[in-house]
Amino acid sequence: MGQNGKRVVAVTGNEAVAEAMRQINPDVCAAYPITPATDIMQRFTSFVSNGKVKTEMVLVESEHSAMSACVGASAAGGRVATATSSQGLALMWEILFIASGTRLPIVMSLVNRALSAPLNIHGDHSDGMGARDCGWIQLWSENAQESYDNMIQAFRIAEHMDIRMPAMVCLDGFIISHSIERMEYLDDETVKNFAGEFKTTNPLLDIENPVSYGPLILTDYYMEYRRAHAEVMSKVSKVVLDVAKDFEKISGRKYGLFETYRLEDAEIGLVVLNSAAGTSKDVVDEFRNRGIKAGLLKPRLYRPFPYEEIGEALKHLKAVCVLDRADAFGASYGPLFMDIASGVYPHKNGPLLINKIYGLGGRDYLPEHAETVLAELAEIAKTGKVKTLREYIGVRE
Amino acid sequence: MKPKGWKELKPGAVVTEAGSAEKFKTGSWRALKPKWKEENCIQCLFCWIYCPDMAVRVKDGKRGEFNYDYCKGCGICALECPGKKGQKAIVMEEEGK
Repeated sequence: MGQNGKRVVAVTGNEAVAEAMRQINPDVCAAYPITPATDIMQRFTSFVSNGKVKTEMVLVESEHSAMSACVGASAAGGRVATATSSQGLALMWEILFIASGTRLPIVMSLVNRALSAPLNIHGDHSDGMGARDCGWIQLWSENAQESYDNMIQAFRIAEHMDIRMPAMVCLDGFIISHSIERMEYLDDETVKNFAGEFKTTNPLLDIENPVSYGPLILTDYYMEYRRAHAEVMSKVSKVVLDVAKDFEKISGRKYGLFETYRLEDAEIGLVVLNSAAGTSKDVVDEFRNRGIKAGLLKPRLYRPFPYEEIGEALKHLKAVCVLDRADAFGASYGPLFMDIASGVYPHKNGPLLINKIYGLGGRDYLPEHAETVLAELAEIAKTGKVKTLREYIGVRE
Repeated sequence: MKPKGWKELKPGAVVTEAGSAEKFKTGSWRALKPKWKEENCIQCLFCWIYCPDMAVRVKDGKRGEFNYDYCKGCGICALECPGKKGQKAIVMEEEGK
């Protein structure tokens, strides 16, 4: 036990997520394990078997069923959590919309993995990007510490009475899920108090007040429900920041809608999600040492996407490269690029933007990749000319 | 009733009023209409049991006239009706005839 009840540990990202789930002690967890998220459920089911949590564990026959059971349990009035990856998330897709449309605050960790075919089990953001418009809140995490911290905060955000929306906590498959890092755990009591008692809204199990879930809503009201959903999403940013403020008090760790690294006076910058941000920051430092004003922006709240705030944070740069660990097929830009471009678009004198697709299927993202990109950005900043708007990097010709 | 705006809706489309389906009249969907022939009715109430909505009225254990506000013309009542001496107590007729 360290200072203020914090425990310094060496754990994998999956272990950290499972520990957050143990400390939250959800009422129900329905899951179908899948690589690389398997380990989360393997550890969590051990907590269930050993009486470390009071969670009702439902082992189902597919991810479609896992999310369906989560929807039922959440509508019944329980605090619900699960975990998945890749094909598992793809199979849940239909039910993801039902969870959000029904306003059920389910929390799920998504260990990002490439989608088939070809079959691949490694880190890639194709799965999370495929579900970016399904009405869930998405928090992305650079390392095990952020995965753990985001997981704990996700319950407070999802369950907030102004929000009541499901939330996904994303971390990179294998790179984070299976690598051991030094991090800090909060003590059980602190997490329990931070998460607070779960409050129900119209629980199915309240037989004194019978309710119906899942009615047919046709042309006369469907659009009004979608408008109401959009309104809720517009309130998420504020709640995320409020929860982050409270979390800082118990952890000493500061979170925002996104992280900026040496960005304030930067002329060129990288925008990148999750684990690749760590490698990129090292290279930003190298460029700074050489007198080149480089910086970085790492989105944390990816859905709803804080377009205005990110536009403001990037508008003073001369050139920015958005790095996408997923492609959006159709010869267009990567998904993160499209969001960043939308954020920068209102700023007339904003930066020139380029897009690189990297690291698909777990392909290593190396410091030399960041170096090449930053060197290209420095050239663009100098000449004002972009040679290639979008390309793959780290790929054999 | 004036339709509600988006700010007035229950979150997640949850219906919190029990029995509110009564307010939703679906009889206009019908193409075929069941007709009750009381003279062939043995009061078995199969029609009342099998009706998926609430189109069969029953009072004091006796079958009454159809409530067409909820009848979509599925024909289950007519199919299940045992009738009397081979004569059905419910027959389906084309709507509008």
